[in-house]
Amino acid sequence: MSCILTIEKLSKSFGRVAAVHDLSFEVSQDEILGIIGPNGAGKTTLFNLIAGEIKPESGKIMFNGTDVTSAQTFRRCRMGIARTYQIPRPFVNMTVLENVLVGAVYGGGMGSKASRKKCEEVLEKTGLFSKRNAFAESLPLLDRKRLELTKALATGPTLLLIDEVAGGLTESEVEEVLKIIHSLRRDGITILWVEHIMMAMKRGPDRLLVMDFGEKLAYGNPDEVLDSEEVHKVYLGDDED
Amino acid sequence: MLTSLEPLINGILLGGLYAVIGIGLSMIFGIMRQVNLAHGELMILASYFSLVFLQLLGIHPLVTFLFVLPAIFILGYLIQTFLFNWVLEKGMEPYLMISFGLSIILQNAMLLLFTPDARTLQTSLAIKSINVFNLFYVPVIYLVDFVVGFLVLGLLHLIMKKTYLGWAIRAASDNLTAARLMGINPKRVYALAMGIAVITAAISGVLVGMTFTFYPHSGTQYLIIAFGVVIIGGLGSLPGTFLGGLILGVSQLVGGRIIGPGLQLLSGYIILLIVLTIRPQGILGRK
Repeated sequence: MSCILTIEKLSKSFGRVAAVHDLSFEVSQDEILGIIGPNGAGKTTLFNLIAGEIKPESGKIMFNGTDVTSAQTFRRCRMGIARTYQIPRPFVNMTVLENVLVGAVYGGGMGSKASRKKCEEVLEKTGLFSKRNAFAESLPLLDRKRLELTKALATGPTLLLIDEVAGGLTESEVEEVLKIIHSLRRDGITILWVEHIMMAMKRGPDRLLVMDFGEKLAYGNPDEVLDSEEVHKVYLGDDED
Repeated sequence: MLTSLEPLINGILLGGLYAVIGIGLSMIFGIMRQVNLAHGELMILASYFSLVFLQLLGIHPLVTFLFVLPAIFILGYLIQTFLFNWVLEKGMEPYLMISFGLSIILQNAMLLLFTPDARTLQTSLAIKSINVFNLFYVPVIYLVDFVVGFLVLGLLHLIMKKTYLGWAIRAASDNLTAARLMGINPKRVYALAMGIAVITAAISGVLVGMTFTFYPHSGTQYLIIAFGVVIIGGLGSLPGTFLGGLILGVSQLVGGRIIGPGLQLLSGYIILLIVLTIRPQGILGRK
């Protein structure tokens, strides 16, 4: 399998705190890579670095064989990197459809007709089609999370960074999210997924990356990683035997 | 009795012009949270542009829009790209300084090029007036100001609501980080927005040139009117700007009628102060 994203010795610190430290890993095409770690382990910083919202102090980010370490956010979006936020950030004064169309037109570089079609398609996929004319402001949390994902998908990504989409959802809603994410992979989208919900992390990703203090603690098959003693200690707590 | 309607109606008509004077300032604030102090000078620059074309080609001032608007759009685009975009993330002060410097440069450049003489964009419209039921007169030029102003605001509203550029502008002003993630290049969007904002300034500049006289230093006077309009109506709100224009226009003319023409400006600013005290975010503004 070819490698879509390569992180090479990436470091970023805020003041004296190393949020991401000397981190290296690779993501293969069509893979779902789960990322877990305690709060403050640097997961969101890693996403910000990959999406280009902040720049690293050292290290390299290669996307599809191109060095994007210093590329601007909107360029990375147009190259095919999309992300969602843990706390959804819709454009509140616009309708759901307008929100999504902005992504298709500017991020996906599509014309008027193609972008409408694309948007209807992704709205169907995430189950927001019936609410396409509602104002984003009026949506409940689950729908806002759906919109967050829909907006990202509308830009036509090949790499999707998902930040805690399942947080705050009920079990059956998490099931639905898992279903959507697996269907995205079938469409050829590679996914990096940060999540706290263990059930989702056990069943969703092909591989799991565990972070602690900005470094790689464990990496590999989800079951093995979650069973390892080190991970138990740091992430799940000593008391959980 | 009914003649007292005259300042009211003329105030409303003048308010349409005031709204266009203010809309560019309001727009830039709404989108970038920045104040462009060169707004008035860009207006008056357009008045002089129009004057040049009018004298060269002998055309009607409204026809000079064909040349003035594209030229001023490009100017606005370049100003944003090469001056303002560099300091956007450094807070409000650098933007204020640069735009203030730009206003001084433009003012003096106009002084050099066009001399300090009073100018006007002469048109037969300026001397015609309509007799309303034999009660009072409405100057035709005020009517033109209002209609053009109303059209400009309506068109701007459509651009913001219906075009991809409008969506990008609204997305960038709503949440810049999220907009970047959707593939929007904010600097380009800002440059286009500035181009549109100076087009509105230019339209108001030409209207002002047809309605009143102008000098190289007239910009400051109109910048203050623009501030008045957006403060009364609410910064960044399009309907608010329209309302703000009407209120300022009416309070100036009605106040002028009541307390004397010499105090016309004062009466406008008294209303402004009242609004600032009671509703500091403007009538239709958000906190």
